[in-house]
Amino acid sequence: MQAKGNVFKYGDNVDTDVIIPARYLAIADPKELAEHCMEDIDQDFVRKVHPGDIIVANKNFGCGSSREHAPLVIKVSGISCVIAETFARIFYRNAINIGLPIIECPEAARDIKDSDEVEVDFDSGTIRNLTTGKQYQGQAFPEFMQRIIKAEGLINYINEK
Amino acid sequence: MGMTMTQKILAAHAGLSEVKAGQLIEADLDLVLGNDITTPVAIREMEKMNSKEVFHKDKIALVMDHFIPNKDIKSAENCKCVREFACKHEVSNYFDVGEMGIEHALLPEKGLTVAGDCIIGADSHTCTYGALGAFSTGVGSTDMAAGMATGKAWFKVPSAIRFNIIGKPSKWVSGKDVILHIIGMIGVDGALYKSMEFTGEGIKNLSMDDRFTIANMAIEAGGKNGIFPVDDLAKAYMKEHSAREYKVYEADPDAEYDEEYTIDLSTLKSTVAFPHLPENTKTIGEITEDIAIDQVVIGSCTNGRMDDLRAAAQILKGRKVKKGLRCIVIPGTQKIYMDAMEEGLLKIFIQAGAAVSTPTCGPCLGGYMGILAAGERCVSTTNRNFVGRMGHVDSEVYLASPAVAAASAVTGKISAPKDLAL
Repeated sequence: MQAKGNVFKYGDNVDTDVIIPARYLAIADPKELAEHCMEDIDQDFVRKVHPGDIIVANKNFGCGSSREHAPLVIKVSGISCVIAETFARIFYRNAINIGLPIIECPEAARDIKDSDEVEVDFDSGTIRNLTTGKQYQGQAFPEFMQRIIKAEGLINYINEK
Repeated sequence: MGMTMTQKILAAHAGLSEVKAGQLIEADLDLVLGNDITTPVAIREMEKMNSKEVFHKDKIALVMDHFIPNKDIKSAENCKCVREFACKHEVSNYFDVGEMGIEHALLPEKGLTVAGDCIIGADSHTCTYGALGAFSTGVGSTDMAAGMATGKAWFKVPSAIRFNIIGKPSKWVSGKDVILHIIGMIGVDGALYKSMEFTGEGIKNLSMDDRFTIANMAIEAGGKNGIFPVDDLAKAYMKEHSAREYKVYEADPDAEYDEEYTIDLSTLKSTVAFPHLPENTKTIGEITEDIAIDQVVIGSCTNGRMDDLRAAAQILKGRKVKKGLRCIVIPGTQKIYMDAMEEGLLKIFIQAGAAVSTPTCGPCLGGYMGILAAGERCVSTTNRNFVGRMGHVDSEVYLASPAVAAASAVTGKISAPKDLAL
């Protein structure tokens, strides 16, 4: 499994309230919800994002609320992977459970800049910055989580069990 | 090697004699919680499962609290979806308008959470029940769906930070000041993936409502859970509220902690978290400039309990909310509402010029019942002050205790009770 795309770069503590503001949480349709993805910190995101693009952020990405709407709108927007120094724990679980690939890699998260073109290999955890030619080794998932991701989420994993 | 209190509860629920930090386990759940925002998503996930039945109709709690009484058609449809699900599956702990409360104020009051429990909730402040000595943590809707169907959840066993609480807080210093002080000290990711275990002789000087507030905001330090020892006060609370049997777990004397801090309650001061992170804390004495405010909110799963309302009422009694400022008081549950009415607190709030609302999470997350316009400032007893949290992205939220919030409502700027000669 691989991802390749242009980077949207954000800083520390990107919280779930800016990923998807609560004023939209009553919307049930994921596509309609995704029209507001990142709206409160990046009004251009929805207009600029292309399928396959990658979000890179610094520490504690996804902190705050447990709303699964947050990883969901990122996934539905077309983002193929989120790379961060660290993730808030509920966001981390939710991303795995809904099948949004995420990778912790502090070095890559700090180095990679907005609009860089980046390629990620999920099997090996390798991150390549095609713009600068630099390569990074992200943290691979434990086997148990890999099984959930391969099943494309927790529900399928339980159904298959 | 010994286990922490959290690790012991997880081991027992995974059927293991021992667990270690980092270990992946599957644990049996005593309660699965959801609200009107997260449950509809969980219901849609559950429909994709082979097994469509709930694992136990008494071990699921569905609380309509975020956007109720419904603020618009979409939120009404969400509640309708949950209502129909609860009816179809005969979920016994379904709480709707008229009997509900803010979930984390309501469930302990209803006796649904007791010491030794393993609880997940599709709400990040599910960590509140650690005040009673339970392991409880927030998850997303898919985990909730899996939990409702199987009665199990997967966990990575957390390591822990120990907070040794000593001393006695001075007047007007409450649980909110304790947890804001801690978050200011360790940061919003200071306890990331970890347990926050509170111990020490000072705990006896914290009321149950203080402990609920402290455990509630463990998530604001990134924590997986916050947990308190089960002392006589906690036992008395559970005896009063629950018919369920509780189980007391204690950390082993040789349990390992990643870090240890000592918090002397006698040295703490009223603390305010400035925009836009709960870690941006200043004590009242460190605030040198006048910060004029437009709104005060007293309530939420963090500070909507009786102790909180009593503190606010003590300050607002015989005083008036500053002209031009809106003060909104939201009792956490119907019982708290009633108790506050019988104690005369609601009369004090209304005479002071505050609005008193039925229980709701409404303004805390910018849902409704107190949205901020661009440029407006709010002192709030809630738990988050992120960009746009309570309304416009150019509004500001200052997190504080009920005492500071009430004093600020009177003066129109961030103030301490002592500014009113209290």
